[in-house]
Amino acid sequence: MSSVSAYVNEHEHEHDHKPRGLARWLFTTNHKDIGILYMLFGVTFFLVGGLFAELIRAQLIHPANHVLTPELYNQAITLHGLVMVFAALMPVTAGFANYVIPLMIGAPDMALPRLNNWGFWLLPPAAVVLVFPGILQLFGVGNGPIDTGWTIYAPLSVRSGLGVDFAIFAIVLLGASSLMASINIIVTIFNMRAPGVTMMKLPLFAWSWLITAFLLIAVFPALIAGGLMLLTDRHFGTHFFSAAGGGDPVLWEHLFWFFGHPEVYILLLPTAGLLSHILSAFARKPIFGYRAQVYAYWTIGVLSVIVWAHHMFTSGMPIAGQLYFMYSTMAISIPVTVLFICWLGTIWRGALSFETPMLFALGYIGLFGIGGLTGLTLADAVADQQYHNSYYLVAHFHYTLFGGPIMGVMAAAYFYLPKITGHMYSERAGRWHFWLCIIGFNLTFIPQFLAGIAGAERRVVDYPIQFAGFHMASSIGAFILGAAQLLLVYNIVVAWRGRTEPASARVWEGAQGLEFTLPSPPPYHTFAERPAVV
Amino acid sequence: MNSETGTETCADRVERFGYLARRLVRPLHRSLLNRRRLTLGSAAAAAAAISLPTLAEARNPFEFPTPVTPVAHDTLYVHDLFLAVMAVVFGIGMCVLLYSVIQHRKSRGYSPAAFSGPKTLGQWMVVVVPVLALAFIDYVVMGIPSYYAVVAMANTREDAALVVKATASQWKWRYEYPDQEIAFTSSLSTPRAQIESGSPTDPHYLYEVDNPLVLPAGKKVRILLVSLDVIHSWWVPAFGVKQDAVPGFLRETWVKIEKPGIYRGQCGELCGTGHAFMPIVVVAKAEPAFERWVAQTQNGEKAVALAEEQPLSRNDLLARGKTAYETNCAPCHQITGLGLPGAIPPLAAGQAFTATPELTDKLAQLGTYRDGKIVLVPVDRQLGIVLHGISGTPMPAFGLQLGDADIAAIVTYVRNSFGNHTGDVVQPAAVKSARVQAN
Amino acid sequence: MSADITMTSNVTGSQRYYLPQPSPYPVLVSAALLVLFIGSGLRVNGVGAGSWLMAAGLLLLLYAVVHWFSGVIAESRGGVYHRWESRSFRLGMIWFIISEIVLFATFFAVLFYERRISVPWLASLDPRFSPWPGFVGGWPTAGPAGHRFATIGPLGIPLVNTILLLSSGATVTWAHWGLKENRRQQLIAGLIVTILLGAVFVLLQAYEFHHAYTELGLTLGSGVYGATFFMLTGLHGLHVTVGLVMLTTILGRSLKGHFSAEHRFAVEAVSWYWHFVDVVWLCLFVLVYSV
Ligand code: HEA
Ligand code: HEA
Ligand code: HEC
Ligand code: CUA
Ligand SMILES: [Cu+2]
Repeated sequence: MSSVSAYVNEHEHEHDHKPRGLARWLFTTNHKDIGILYMLFGVTFFLVGGLFAELIRAQLIHPANHVLTPELYNQAITLHGLVMVFAALMPVTAGFANYVIPLMIGAPDMALPRLNNWGFWLLPPAAVVLVFPGILQLFGVGNGPIDTGWTIYAPLSVRSGLGVDFAIFAIVLLGASSLMASINIIVTIFNMRAPGVTMMKLPLFAWSWLITAFLLIAVFPALIAGGLMLLTDRHFGTHFFSAAGGGDPVLWEHLFWFFGHPEVYILLLPTAGLLSHILSAFARKPIFGYRAQVYAYWTIGVLSVIVWAHHMFTSGMPIAGQLYFMYSTMAISIPVTVLFICWLGTIWRGALSFETPMLFALGYIGLFGIGGLTGLTLADAVADQQYHNSYYLVAHFHYTLFGGPIMGVMAAAYFYLPKITGHMYSERAGRWHFWLCIIGFNLTFIPQFLAGIAGAERRVVDYPIQFAGFHMASSIGAFILGAAQLLLVYNIVVAWRGRTEPASARVWEGAQGLEFTLPSPPPYHTFAERPAVV
Repeated sequence: MNSETGTETCADRVERFGYLARRLVRPLHRSLLNRRRLTLGSAAAAAAAISLPTLAEARNPFEFPTPVTPVAHDTLYVHDLFLAVMAVVFGIGMCVLLYSVIQHRKSRGYSPAAFSGPKTLGQWMVVVVPVLALAFIDYVVMGIPSYYAVVAMANTREDAALVVKATASQWKWRYEYPDQEIAFTSSLSTPRAQIESGSPTDPHYLYEVDNPLVLPAGKKVRILLVSLDVIHSWWVPAFGVKQDAVPGFLRETWVKIEKPGIYRGQCGELCGTGHAFMPIVVVAKAEPAFERWVAQTQNGEKAVALAEEQPLSRNDLLARGKTAYETNCAPCHQITGLGLPGAIPPLAAGQAFTATPELTDKLAQLGTYRDGKIVLVPVDRQLGIVLHGISGTPMPAFGLQLGDADIAAIVTYVRNSFGNHTGDVVQPAAVKSARVQAN
Repeated sequence: MSADITMTSNVTGSQRYYLPQPSPYPVLVSAALLVLFIGSGLRVNGVGAGSWLMAAGLLLLLYAVVHWFSGVIAESRGGVYHRWESRSFRLGMIWFIISEIVLFATFFAVLFYERRISVPWLASLDPRFSPWPGFVGGWPTAGPAGHRFATIGPLGIPLVNTILLLSSGATVTWAHWGLKENRRQQLIAGLIVTILLGAVFVLLQAYEFHHAYTELGLTLGSGVYGATFFMLTGLHGLHVTVGLVMLTTILGRSLKGHFSAEHRFAVEAVSWYWHFVDVVWLCLFVLVYSV
């Protein structure tokens, strides 16, 4: 401990030559600055994606409603999906990686700092490119942003308007960004660990991101390649996805889901890693089953690239394909269950306290449990004929996406907010945020399970009246859920403005790890000289 | 066995699978078959309170529509089984979690243990048994019935008594009975006024079509699926069937409907702005009634074919044209005939239209576009466009989907509406000869 | 175990990692890409200003990349990179190449899918209902609604190209050996020969494309054969071109005497890249031209 402060003092003399103002954020090579940029970007787009969700729910509140036209509705669901996945969740988890991993492993910074800056600054152009067709439309050019659903299925996407081209370019930019971030994280973990931090001592968050980065490198180029083919099919006369030239529209589905399925674990894994740290901190007890979790990440990573076609059970696959993808998908439930057992083992017989991060962490276990278990039912090739593209599926993936990663991000946000800003947030507002989330979320999505089973379909701007009750309940839930998120914004502002009680270095009584040995907030440059660790 | 139909159910197959499955799966599914309603438990009860009108065909608004085909029975069986098992698993997990949350809390002065993994055999059991149990659930409890269900579902051809070809296009279905030489198009019949009203009253709002698909009850029907433009999906929940129609390929599925009735569904794959308005309605008729329907329709089609060739009065053409225009053309060209800027050209001559050169060049080649404005082409040229579409654009070929009279009426209507005052009257005979010319 | 990482002491001495100063170039590259992609999006949809934006984006990109790399070169000359930093660069390059491998693997997978799955499937549809009743499949094919075309056999230019690229792989390795032994002449000579071989390859490839378009009727629009053929060989050609630019840069720097047995990361990275491009070509030669 003492050596840390000694080091920090010594470094004060050198003084951080960080530029001031806008230039600092534009040009920064500092992992903490970049981490903060990623997180702010993610939170902003979480609100934007949420705004689209609220528009969707406003349209669906009763049948024959006219908040959105069919064109706008399709654009809204597509942008909602793309924004939430690519511009909200992925940046936030990358932000935590940037901010925390170097601190956790005793590294001076990320291994490739300038590349790191570029990785972040590819995101805003991607966002601009994605919505640019909306601006063009105002000037009478084209018919607005992409409207094909986030899965961009050919040949709808081949025939649709210029929004698709811009979406493809946005995906290329996002892909480049993710690849840069992944390369950086892999190299940082391999090359920048302080002496003594062996791979099997690596904090679980770092492990989970390492596997995530491997996955990104293994699958994102496939989506980029698919995007290029879509572009040439649209404009340069190729026939990758058209039967007339010997191609196959279903090939796009294969390419998309070869990326898309691992993508859901790319979203999940980083927060699964964080969850273990948070549970352990508030149970005041070591993580249960460290090794088992590492092996589970590996297993999830490997399995996730060989199960993609469970999204395509209705596309007309041969029997062998149906059976293979059904059974291999079921296999993923096993490593995920291992994680669940480890999480439960971590809190079992601990001394639990329930600050906001812990509440969100426990909420994660419950909600993601429902999401995962319903996922298992989707894996059945026959029953999936019924679930596919119904609201049952929509509910499944919101229980996994919101119930898992988003809840995890919330937990981590409250966990690290005092560390990052140096000040506490409002615990009261945090608890309100949690309980409103739980109520709003379940009210939004439980009716969707039921409606889906009864036959309600997704991606429709209007629906038969037997589903009116479900949709009404769901919309009310969504408004509560949306309003709840304002409390997150409030808490970020509170901690940021720094009028509240300052946070100690350890912040939480049970917090473990190198990052909690540094002051809150940590100095601009940490560990320029390697710390050694036992 | 399902006593009504004599078809083997999923449960029967499990029985056949062997000792392990019998001992372990049977008790479970027994209780399921007897007390299905338990499956959704209290969540369902809560939902019942909030749900409004009920699906006539469903047992409850929050459950599967009552299954009427073997595949749907399998699906429901598997679904109920899963949900029951999942509820138990979730319940156990939640109990462990809640016990810990209530008992092991700091405020109760509980001091934390220090273990970080299982040590004793007992602890190992606690950890390993749930994993094994889940594997067992995956591959035995769920895996075995699923296997048989997949195999049964894929068997589309054996013993099929009737073949129906369903051709999807934006946003309607065309059904053909190749052996019976019957063919017709089926599209949404909910009036536009109702959709625009904001408060639909029709009990089958968006679930109704002009010409439903008629199928025999109690016979296996093989359904072939084709698409003319993008991927659509043929989905009727009560049949447990959802199969994509992929353009350029053939897909197939099958149904064997157990009891006569009306079954409703929707297109199951996002296919553009009309995706919500592409319903499927199947009328299942008992054998003799079905035969009668076939005979009638065959005669009717001949009569219609004859009638199609009769000249119509200008007013008849305009009236018929208006309706046909609104179902077929208005989704793109709009009721106003003004199209959508940048994407769909207006049909009103003299209207300005801006779009990419790719599009406007094509139009210019066709002669419908000059100096940034839409020009009305001669009748035969316009007939050609409507019959054959404009390849490489969303403009579909209606020759395959509509009869001569409808096309004649549409073209007449277009040429005398939206400010077009050509006074042209196009008769079905002209369409007939236009079809021949182009071939 | 894991979470109990605590710090004890910090090792002093030379283990300092070089942290670069804030730099405007990454943001500039991103801005250039923004302009470039908006321009491209407009261009492919035929909106006039697109081409101008593309050109502006490319120029800005060139400017930013050149400055970014000059900065890195200056740092490298300034002696701020040691073993620790070099290891980061090496690992970074390896993982970058892995991502490129996945990109090409995807296109090969597409080739496999079209050739082994979609074309045979289209040819075996129930003839009574098939939209393409006369289609017999086979390979090469432009698909059921495609036109006639001829293909390029493996034994002409492709074989010559194979030999060229394989030799260039050897010469770049030879150059690399020279550097390891601090034999600068060998390094320079090796690089020059490599660049020449690569350039001839690109020229022959361009000739071949021209020949395909004008005489064989083989174009991007020739169904799945044309599409996979031009996408794979085109993408590869693009990579060779990029490789040539990298080699030329390295050659320039070698002439200025930038490298030594100790400072050779840049040369190594480029030679890895070149080998990767080489191996991709071998796959192409076998899977696209030969079988
Ligand atoms: C983070 C995101 C995420 C995660 C983790 C998952 C996890 C899983 N998903 Fe999900 N899925 C999506 C996001 C996700 N999914 C999305 C976005 C889609 C739709 C995309 C679209 O079409 O637009 C989708 C669609 C989807 C489909 C396609 C359905 C269709 O289109 O017809 C299928 C089919 O097999 C599936 C299966 C699974 C399975 C088996 C898992 C497994 O990994 C789950 C394993 C987990 C468990 C088995 C839980 C274990 C729990 C316990 C043991 C109980 C413990 C309980 C307590 C402690 C309380 N998912
Ligand atoms: C991480 C991913 C993620 C997240 C977090 C969410 C969050 C939500 N989603 Fe989303 N959803 C998807 C991923 C996600 N979704 C995907 C991939 C699809 C499929 C798309 C497709 O079909 O292609 C989808 C589709 C989808 C549908 C189906 C549409 C359809 O098929 O027709 C619906 C409908 O209810 C829905 C609702 C919601 C709601 C109510 C939330 C809520 O959780 C949102 C919470 C609310 C907020 C966060 C709002 C906060 C903001 C404010 C209060 C305003 C702030 C002000 C300004 C910004 C100015 N989503
Ligand atoms: C799926 C959308 C869609 C539907 C439905 C549709 N069209 Fe079109 N139509 C188009 C598009 C797109 C074009 C422009 C094609 C181009 O740019 O080359 C077009 C062009 C035309 C043109 C030539 C341009 C002009 O303005 O004169 C005519 C005539 C036409 N349609 C008539 C009809 C009629 C009549 C119907 C109904 C029977 C119909 N269309 C249904 C999309 C549609
Ligand atoms: Cu057709 Cu959706
Ligand atoms: Cu999946």
